[in-house]
Amino acid sequence: MILLELFPIALLGAFLGLDVVTFPQAMISRPLVAATVAGTLMGNPGGGMIIGVVLELLALEMLPFGASRYPEWGSASVVGGATYAVYPPDQAGALAGALLAALVTAVVSGWSMVKLRRLNGSHAAARRDGLDAGVPSVVIGTQLFGLTADFVRGGLVTFFALLFFQPLVAALLAQWTTNAAYSRGVVVAMVAAVSAGAIWKIFHTVAHARIYLLAGLAAGAAIIITR
Amino acid sequence: MTPPVTPVRSLPLTTWFRIYLRLFAVQGAWNYETLLGNGIAFCMEPALRLLPGGVNDPRYREALGRHTRYFNAHPYLAGVAVGALARAELDGVPAALIERFRTALGGPLGSVGDRLVWASWLPLCSLVALGAFGSGARPIVVIATFLGLYNAGHLWMRGWGLKVGFQRGLRVADALGHPVLRRGPQYVGSVAAFLAGISIPLAVDRIVMEGRTLAGEMILVAIVGGAVLARFGERAEGWRLALIALALFVLYSVIPK
Repeated sequence: MILLELFPIALLGAFLGLDVVTFPQAMISRPLVAATVAGTLMGNPGGGMIIGVVLELLALEMLPFGASRYPEWGSASVVGGATYAVYPPDQAGALAGALLAALVTAVVSGWSMVKLRRLNGSHAAARRDGLDAGVPSVVIGTQLFGLTADFVRGGLVTFFALLFFQPLVAALLAQWTTNAAYSRGVVVAMVAAVSAGAIWKIFHTVAHARIYLLAGLAAGAAIIITR
Repeated sequence: MTPPVTPVRSLPLTTWFRIYLRLFAVQGAWNYETLLGNGIAFCMEPALRLLPGGVNDPRYREALGRHTRYFNAHPYLAGVAVGALARAELDGVPAALIERFRTALGGPLGSVGDRLVWASWLPLCSLVALGAFGSGARPIVVIATFLGLYNAGHLWMRGWGLKVGFQRGLRVADALGHPVLRRGPQYVGSVAAFLAGISIPLAVDRIVMEGRTLAGEMILVAIVGGAVLARFGERAEGWRLALIALALFVLYSVIPK
């Protein structure tokens, strides 16, 4: 991918990174959406959706409660989608490599959100007098500063992650020795386990959760066997 | 001499719309010191222009400054606070009472929203979309299903919050007893738990492709791994363990044998 081709993807990462917390929180940053849109930009929406589903299954576990620290899935899913979408679906190791790129990006991007929140804090503290005095330009300016900084943050994270991971994943796949069935099987088993654990963690307090889950599993198994 | 306060019974449509749009950016300046504080003032600002004397009156700036301080709420329910506080300001409620009301309002709006949205509605919508994917739907259909369903609830909550907050003012706490907020998480959770049993296997079945030859091993890993993660609860973050396992697997796969 040449440098110029990175810009539209980085721009997408900036918009979707913004959606995670600051604006508009319409969940266009969810992996399922973000990775598919990134895949579409790369000419392969189906590929983007595959890794989007894998990331969504992992992301089910993380609930973005207030001040808690969590991985940032928006920009990370753009990186995952854009990385995976350039490979054919049966390419051994492509899903594992792109998923690794997305997960590392999610960690780095989550860390960058913490830094941004501290930056917002020091920006507001430096303008405390104006804020306390209710100067409208300071109140609105503080809000716009945070929004702009988050947009830039998401764009930079996406840009540098793509710059780093696209050649790295290509180099890894050139050396890949595990066959396609195992390569995909390991990833799928892993995300299935994480999502199963996540569902129990989220819903175990719901009355009769065990019965609902088992009934759903029976219905799911029946659909898979009979279709 | 400051003009007397004449209560404003309803917000002009343009003001309501301005506040509603600003609510989408309520977390724009989120930070660890004041959390949503500045965002609340930012969203309320169009309503405060309706104070007697308008933007040139000292009351406008006093009110705006008051609301830049610490505040916490779920972002989708911040409209409840914005509406109620705007109403209190426009009704000329004493500043000390507004401060106390503001302090009392934050906690419930955070916990109710977290339980209903982050821990119920969002996972439910994800599972519906995963189910659509597992059933063979095209990418555009999967995305439209997720965004349409999720944002129907999202947009409704923001609008409802602002409306009910402004209508009830200082009596807005009663609104948190709304059946959707009170019993919603339980019902949504039941549906989501059932749906998870269907959607996750269907989605996994569609992404597994050539890995299907290892179905037995994968099901075993999923059951054992899922049970272990569930057993350890919040102490074990699955995605972190997945990242470590994945990194080791990638290393193993690129080492020449």
